[in-house]
Amino acid sequence: MTDLDHAPVGLVQLPTQRADSPPKRRSFVPKGVERLIGVAVLFAVWETASRAGWIATDVLAGPSTVLTAGADMLGDGTLINSLWASLQRVLWGLAIGIPLGTGLALVSGLSRLGDNLVDANVQMLRFIPIIALQPLLVVWLGVGETVKISLIVLGVTFPIYVNTSAAMKSLDPRFGELAAVLGLTRRELVRRIVLPAALPGFLVGLRLATAIAWLLLVFAEQINASSGIGYLMTRAQVFFQTDVILVDLITYAVLGLLSDALVRSLDRRLLRWQPGR
Amino acid sequence: MTTLTHSDSGTVLHPHDNPELTDLTGLAVATRDVRRRFGEREVLRGIDLDLRRGEFTALLGRSGSGKSTILRALAGLDPDAEGEIHVPRQRSVVFQDARLLPWVSVLGNVTLGLDSPDADTSGRDALAEVGLQGHENDWPKTLSGGEAQRAALARALVRSPELLLLDEPFGALDALTRIRMHALVQQLCARHHPTVLMVTHDVDEAVLLADRVLVLTDGVISLDVPVDVPSPRLRSDPSFIRLRSHLLTELGVDESAEGAHPSPLV
Repeated sequence: MTDLDHAPVGLVQLPTQRADSPPKRRSFVPKGVERLIGVAVLFAVWETASRAGWIATDVLAGPSTVLTAGADMLGDGTLINSLWASLQRVLWGLAIGIPLGTGLALVSGLSRLGDNLVDANVQMLRFIPIIALQPLLVVWLGVGETVKISLIVLGVTFPIYVNTSAAMKSLDPRFGELAAVLGLTRRELVRRIVLPAALPGFLVGLRLATAIAWLLLVFAEQINASSGIGYLMTRAQVFFQTDVILVDLITYAVLGLLSDALVRSLDRRLLRWQPGR
Repeated sequence: MTTLTHSDSGTVLHPHDNPELTDLTGLAVATRDVRRRFGEREVLRGIDLDLRRGEFTALLGRSGSGKSTILRALAGLDPDAEGEIHVPRQRSVVFQDARLLPWVSVLGNVTLGLDSPDADTSGRDALAEVGLQGHENDWPKTLSGGEAQRAALARALVRSPELLLLDEPFGALDALTRIRMHALVQQLCARHHPTVLMVTHDVDEAVLLADRVLVLTDGVISLDVPVDVPSPRLRSDPSFIRLRSHLLTELGVDESAEGAHPSPLV
C-alpha cells in the first residue's frame, strides 16, 4: 500500500493505526489489581496509625485487631450463632413479604375491581417511611421476633408490589391482540403472556427488596434484640469494643453482597430470553 | 343453499337478518356496508367485500386509507366496526412485526394456544415447511427479521386457517429477504389453499402474489381487478407492466414523473 503523495484539498485525515507502528505499551499489572492499590494504601495507613497509637483502640481498632477479633468470634461460635439468628429474620421477612407483594400485584393486575381495591391503598401507604411504623408495631406486637420480622415484611412487600404491578400494567397491547387472534383462553393469556412479561419487573423488585430487608434488619435488631448481629453490636458498643463492631459491620456488608449476587444470578437464569443478554 | 349466518363453518361477528345474504356458499368472507369511525373521521365508508374460498386477494391503498382497519375488522380485533361481517371460524393473522413472545422458544411460539396432543409434531412440521428446522428450541431474539417472520407464518399455518390475513407481512424486511418470502408464500398457498387477504402498499408484491387486487381509496373500494398475468409472473411481462401502471395510477402515483425526476432521497 502506498500513501497519498499530497493530502486531497479540503479533506482532513482521520487518525488511524499504521501497520508498521509499534504495539501500544501495556501495563503489566492487571486492571483489577491496579484498583486494589488504593485500598491497600488505605489499610496500610490505618494499620500504621493504630499501631503507632495515633488512633486509640476504643475509637477505631486497627485492621489486624479486627481480624483477630473476627477469628475469635468465629472460633467460639458467637459470630455463626448471631449470623444465623439474623439470617432467619431476613428469610422469614422475605418468605412472607415476597408472596404478599406478588399476590397483591396479581390481584390488582388481573382485575379492575382488584386494582381499585388494592392499588390506591398500596400507593398511598408506600409513602410512609417503614421505620416510622416501628412505635405502632411495638404497641401492637411487643418487642419480640414478630415485630422485627413484620418490619422486614413491610419493607419487602412494597417494592415487590410496585415493580411487579407496574410491569403487568405496561404489558405491550400488541400481545393482547396476538392472544385474541390465537384464541387464547384467559388462563393461557395470564400464564403464557401476562406473568412472563411481569417477571423482569418482579426481579427488579426482588433486588430492591433484599437490599431493604438487610437495612431494616439492622434497624430492627437495634430495638431490643437478645440475639443476632445487631445484638452483638449493641453489646460491643457498651464496652467500646470497636473491633467487634467492625466485624459486625463487615458481616452485614458480606451478607448484603452475597444476597445481591444470588438475586443477580437468578436474574441471569430466568431472563436468558431477553435481547441483549 | 345456506345463508352464512347459519353456516356451520362461519362465525357471525355482526348478526343481522339480511335477505341479500343468501346463496353465498363458496365464500370465505362476506361483508356488507362495513363502516368505521375514529372520532370525527370515517375511515371505512361502506365496505362490501366478498372473497371466494381459496382466492388470494391483495388490498392496496395509500397509508391512512383504512386498509389495516379492514383487516383488523376481519380478524375480529375491532368490536367497534359497524355493518355486517361474516368470516370463517379458523382465521390466522400475520402482522407486520413477527410478534413472537420473547420468553417462549420458537416452537413454543408456533404452538401457542394449541392443546391437541400432536401440537408439537405439527409445530415442528410447520417450522420445517418455512425452512426453520433446527431452530425449534432457540429464543426468538436469535432469529433474523426474515426468520422471525417465517416463524410467524408457521404459527399462522399450523392452525390450518380457512382465512389467512396478512397485514403488510413483508413491510419490515429488506428487499432480498422479501423476494425469498414471496416465493415461500406462493409455495405455502399452493399447498394449503387458504383464502388470503394481504394488505400491502407494494404494487409489485400485489401483482406478483394475488389472484385479485383491490384498491382502497378514502374508505371505499375504488378498484377491483383480477390479475391476469400468466405464471411464472415476471416483472418484465407486458401484462404485468400494464396492470402495475393501472394500479399506480389508481393510487395516485404518476409513473412518468417518478421516472423523470428520481427521488432525491434515494
